Amino acid sequence: MTEQLVEPTAPSDGMPLPESHAEDAHVHGGVHDPNLHHSPEEIKREIRVYLWVFAGLAMLTALTVYACYGLRTPVHVAIGIALAIACMKGFLVAGFFMHLLSEKRLIYSILGLTVVFFAILMWGPWNHWADMIGR
Amino acid sequence: MDAHEAHHEFEIPYTVHPRPDTGLYNGKLGIWLFLASEVMLFGALFSSYILLRTSAPTWPRGWEFLNVPLATANTFILISSSVTVVLGWANLRLGNLKWGRIFIACTILLATLFLINKGFEYHHEFVEGRLPSTNNFMALYFTLTGLHGLHVLGGIIVFLYMLFPGAKMWGKDRARYTNRIEIAGLYWHFVDLVWIFLFPALYLM
Repeated sequence: MTEQLVEPTAPSDGMPLPESHAEDAHVHGGVHDPNLHHSPEEIKREIRVYLWVFAGLAMLTALTVYACYGLRTPVHVAIGIALAIACMKGFLVAGFFMHLLSEKRLIYSILGLTVVFFAILMWGPWNHWADMIGR
Repeated sequence: MDAHEAHHEFEIPYTVHPRPDTGLYNGKLGIWLFLASEVMLFGALFSSYILLRTSAPTWPRGWEFLNVPLATANTFILISSSVTVVLGWANLRLGNLKWGRIFIACTILLATLFLINKGFEYHHEFVEGRLPSTNNFMALYFTLTGLHGLHVLGGIIVFLYMLFPGAKMWGKDRARYTNRIEIAGLYWHFVDLVWIFLFPALYLM
């Protein structure tokens, strides 16, 4: 398979590239690559966001440990708190560190399919638990 | 055909630029497909955990005997390593190889520290006579944390490669090297994500 090169339409604005790629960095085969489009200012702004996310993750970790371990909460309360906070932390990691807040549609499709199969995996124990309650 | 044309013919396509049909460079699509399979792997184990826990008449609470302070420290270590990966990647995008490599080295150190702490935890459990055969909780504890630990070890190996022999690529193709770090970083964030759910499930609930 050979690459279809399209002439660049915008000036070079970000990540340093080797000469072989410098000219066709921005538009390639009619597709824009977001990683090649960020200016140094934008990347520095991203770094600040990453540090805020880190602070958020650290605070949420401390909160989970305090609520579930420090206060010795009853088991059902601990499960609720721990799962809610874990979901928030998961959102921060996936959304910001893994850039899922601004990804391509194909990746969302793959993850959508993964969620369906994951839900099937969770349906088994859920069904079992519902049976136990009904018994 | 001259030497340049011959080189171009054997060049792996779409390592830097996105494919027109997917909008992604191939490595990125590949890592997301791999991560989808990893979700199913850990998902099956979490499913087993829920099934065994809801079936059991009694279930121990991890904090009664596991080392919560050490596991909390490990959580901070792992989220710190996620930050060092993105900082390394960001510095490479800024064209700064030196700081990119420093942050990758920090990631490796933090990951190693995580495994050392885990080793202390395992040692303590063995000394106390809590083995995988002790009960369902301990079997799940060792299976889940052991598999996660293997993923951490895998990440260390990948980052060691990127830090030393793999970094030669920077001189030839900076964008491709930067993309490789992004891909390794995505894997590493997934390892962090798994721990975010493992930690409360085993230690706090």
